[in-house]
Amino acid sequence: MADNAFDFEQVIAELEGLIIQLRSPQRRAEARDQGIDVDVEVARLDAELQRVMVQHYTNLSPWEKVQMARYKDRPYALDYIRSIFDEFMELSGDRMAGNDEAVVGGLARLDGEPVVVIAQQKARDLKERQRRNFGMAHAEGFRKALRLAKLAEKFHKPLISFVDTAGAAADLKAEEHGVSEAIARNLREFALLETPVVCVVIGEGGSGGALGVAVADRVLMLEHSIYSVISPEGCAAILWHDKAKGAEAAEALQLTAQNAKRFSLIDEVLPEPLGGAHRNPLEMAETLKAALIKHLGALKPLEIQEIVESRYKRMRCYGTWEERQA
Amino acid sequence: MTGRGWFGRQRRDRVAENVPEGFATKCAGCGQIIFARDLERSLKVCPKCGYHHRLTAIERLEITVDEDSFEEMDANLVSRDPLDFPDYKDKLARANDTSTSSEAVVTGRATIEGRPLIIGVADFGFMGGSMGSVVGEKIARAMERGLRERVPVIMFSASGGARMQEGLLSLMQMAKTSAAAGKLDRGGVPYVVVLTDPTTGGVYASYACLGDLILAEPGAIVGFAGRRVGNQELGGRLPDNFQTSEFQLEHGMVDRIVPRKEMRAALSSLISFFEEPPAPAPKPRRSTRKSGNPAEGVDGG
Repeated sequence: MADNAFDFEQVIAELEGLIIQLRSPQRRAEARDQGIDVDVEVARLDAELQRVMVQHYTNLSPWEKVQMARYKDRPYALDYIRSIFDEFMELSGDRMAGNDEAVVGGLARLDGEPVVVIAQQKARDLKERQRRNFGMAHAEGFRKALRLAKLAEKFHKPLISFVDTAGAAADLKAEEHGVSEAIARNLREFALLETPVVCVVIGEGGSGGALGVAVADRVLMLEHSIYSVISPEGCAAILWHDKAKGAEAAEALQLTAQNAKRFSLIDEVLPEPLGGAHRNPLEMAETLKAALIKHLGALKPLEIQEIVESRYKRMRCYGTWEERQA
Repeated sequence: MTGRGWFGRQRRDRVAENVPEGFATKCAGCGQIIFARDLERSLKVCPKCGYHHRLTAIERLEITVDEDSFEEMDANLVSRDPLDFPDYKDKLARANDTSTSSEAVVTGRATIEGRPLIIGVADFGFMGGSMGSVVGEKIARAMERGLRERVPVIMFSASGGARMQEGLLSLMQMAKTSAAAGKLDRGGVPYVVVLTDPTTGGVYASYACLGDLILAEPGAIVGFAGRRVGNQELGGRLPDNFQTSEFQLEHGMVDRIVPRKEMRAALSSLISFFEEPPAPAPKPRRSTRKSGNPAEGVDGG
């Protein structure tokens, strides 16, 4: 049983606890003595649990989605990489200054087909978190991603990108090494990259740091992932001078996968196992794998020039405005 | 959004209390009183400390391009409120009332010393110069026009970043403008960026970092995250010039820092370097035969 991600999971945890207790031999015996049919009771509680879970998880508020997207037990990129690909050989370095471990990348096989993978990687224990800078890439990370993207282009392999970051690093080193330039260059080069690119937001799609590896022919988002121009806390601090109003800001920013789809900024929202990806990481990986195969399969027969042209057109359509008659 | 000055802010408030409006003003850099007329004459650069005050897009155009040469494009693009975001409509209305620009960027064609170009000027006075759908679209169209007509594109940036009131749609303008800059790049059309105070966030991390040449005004705030954010995260252990034009020059992100009064001349000579040589006069054809070689003349000449 997963420990509680959020307050609203209290009810669910209680129900789950009750069911487990009822199933224990001791309780079973007690219940039998009282003339209660345990199986009927368990079935009833199971049904109730299902109902409560469906009700909760299909109606998560934007702020609950933020918590879900950042949840510590949520599968990270390497968890998916290990289950989705037949092989994965990690490659390192930007060939300029360093090897930013906030971004992992390498060669992999998807259903037998060679692909190049880049991924933003968060971490669970403190030591690894520091090593990976909490998944917040410096310039070196974006340059490593670009280097691997160019490798994919050169050898005509599709590129798969996993997004999961609170944002790019914003410290002195990031500024000194030109993190802005690295992101900007990635946006430009990914836009014109002559190989198919599929991107999936698996958790947090935090601002420019996410977009720096997210320009693609197909962008997918997991059901409870988020994608936002600014963190809800940052937005609240600017708007209401109160970082604590993240929930209101999350609402206002409409940062859910469902909204991104509604604004035609992404292609598909991938359903998560009931209760979130962390409750069944393997099922989630299977869904994701099938989606990657499907989208890459659809791109495969197209001429590369056609792919690049439609990628450009797709980016040109982003946004909404009114054109007044003069 | 970033703070305005980085030195002498307390002092100037005290000095300027009794100055009648319009006659004189206090310098945002050194806090001293400057006569409005002197400030205008010096292109809003403080005659005492050299501080470059912000300009509106119109002021910038006036001191940059040839007189009467500017023809605005896409002024009819108007922002919507796709997220029904708190106070966005009011903020847009207020910006429209107070700003001399119709949006946070003004784009068009113009000439500098007779040389044609496409120019875009961001206006920090319009919602902090923030980039929403309209700003992104105007910039992308300007770049595409530059590519089509093969004339250089100059962008003056001034922005706190992406416009959060349009949410993810704003973030995507970073991708849109960078993709258009990519077309310009591959097309071999010169693209020059001038970073002005302030250029931060998603604007610096997109089209403003992609010029073939990048100039900056002295002392402008230029950086990724706002200075306040950076300062907090580092416990104040930052160089004095952190996130300024000078810092970016020092770290290889900027080609030159150009004072305002020299900017027009600098742009003019930069552009002249990239002028395509006049096409050589077509060689007289040896034969006037209507050639039967299918490898030549696919356009049917």
